Amino acid sequence: MSTSHSAAPPPDPGGRRGTPVGRRVLLGMVGLGAVGVVAGGPLQRLVSDSIDTVAEKDPTGLSNLLPGNRFRYYSVTSSVPERDETNYRLTVDGLVDKPMTYKLSDLAGLPQHRIVKDVQCVTGWRVPQTPFAGVRLSTLLDAAGVAPEGKAIRFTCFDGVYTESLTMEQARRSDVMVATSMEDKPITHAHGGPVRLYVAPMYFYKSAKWLSGITVTEDVKPGYWEELGYDVDAWVGRSNGRSDAPTV
Amino acid sequence: MPPRSDRAAARENPSGTGHRLLRFTAAVRWVHHATAALAGVCVITAACLYVGPLAELVGRRRLVTIVHEWSGVAMFLPVLLGLASRALRSDLTRLNRFEDHDRRWLWAAVRRRRTSDIPSGKFNGGQKAYAAWTAGAGLVMLGTGLMLWFPQLFALSLRTGATFVHDWLALAVAVVVAAHIGKAVGDPEARRGMWGGTVSRAWADREHRLWRAELEDHSAHSGSDRSSGVPEDSVRP
Repeated sequence: MSTSHSAAPPPDPGGRRGTPVGRRVLLGMVGLGAVGVVAGGPLQRLVSDSIDTVAEKDPTGLSNLLPGNRFRYYSVTSSVPERDETNYRLTVDGLVDKPMTYKLSDLAGLPQHRIVKDVQCVTGWRVPQTPFAGVRLSTLLDAAGVAPEGKAIRFTCFDGVYTESLTMEQARRSDVMVATSMEDKPITHAHGGPVRLYVAPMYFYKSAKWLSGITVTEDVKPGYWEELGYDVDAWVGRSNGRSDAPTV
Repeated sequence: MPPRSDRAAARENPSGTGHRLLRFTAAVRWVHHATAALAGVCVITAACLYVGPLAELVGRRRLVTIVHEWSGVAMFLPVLLGLASRALRSDLTRLNRFEDHDRRWLWAAVRRRRTSDIPSGKFNGGQKAYAAWTAGAGLVMLGTGLMLWFPQLFALSLRTGATFVHDWLALAVAVVVAAHIGKAVGDPEARRGMWGGTVSRAWADREHRLWRAELEDHSAHSGSDRSSGVPEDSVRP
């Protein structure tokens, strides 16, 4: 009770009587929020680990609505067409001796490799030990024959908008592949199937979904998110102002 | 001094000839509707960014993000502009103050007992608790949202913390706002108060007895006020 009303309080129709609990609740929430921001880092890890344990055993799928370390669907366009064996084509062109076009069955006929690493998104989520399999990018580059002035790669996607890029040195790493399988199953449309890029050592935006074009260029041309401020050389833990544990 | 919205209510229903009581002035209702619309946009875009199947349906991540960010920030403008209205300031003052009967109301609600038997002022304990909690939660969502909007200004550990708070509080806010809408769905007369501005005397007698008594008490003594010519911030519905 406010003391100013202690002397014979008249009926107070304005509702100014009573304790300002509303203000206390409001400030209390703001205080809790601030504590959450400061303590949230470690808490986040603890909570999302326990949620992931629950989510794995939850048949309803409702726990997938809770924040945790699972794949999240990001697309920069309104809708993405579905492609399959009949209409999917991957082209390799630009500064090459022999431009190539691959169907899914062509890709399946090339030497396959499988990598199992963590996937780290630049927005924070990390999915542990996710198998990806497909053809090494270097295999496709060698088949097309890169011209001496070809120093970078530009990737385009059949969503019509998304682009990515790598230097030639990065592209030739053994853990950079044109993936056709994820978690040992064909990549679904939502995960960027039938074919996506997989760049194991970098933040996941480098692993362009719905990959349809590989163009050898002279210089690195920043991709979609990189035009919007994300790092071109997106090594996990050494870029984008983040210090996540490296994935490779 | 009674707040102007109530004086206006008394004036519109001089000596009990009118059948309805003015509960919310046009300014207050406008603030409510604008805030609700922007909050709706913010929640829908959040769902489109966050819920997998919706994200797959809608896509356009960049555009949805921009709409989410701006609707979230703009949500606070109506209330700030509305502070120019004396009626809104008066309602906020009433929401802020808890009296014994508000605590009794809340306690009964928590124990799932009838609340209509407990006297309430213009706002009951639940409305006061809802207003204070959502206002605080809204500010936290705004603050953490701005941290995620401009990440380069903050250290990584703070950004992780802000993501944590923003994600979890969003779920809590969704539940609480859904309950708010559920309460409105269950009480047509309360809805009429917010959409049309006026409520029936019977409803006010039942749900907001002390407010009703206040208005009665006031109209009995307000002969001089009626001719005072003080400008109103209320517009007739």
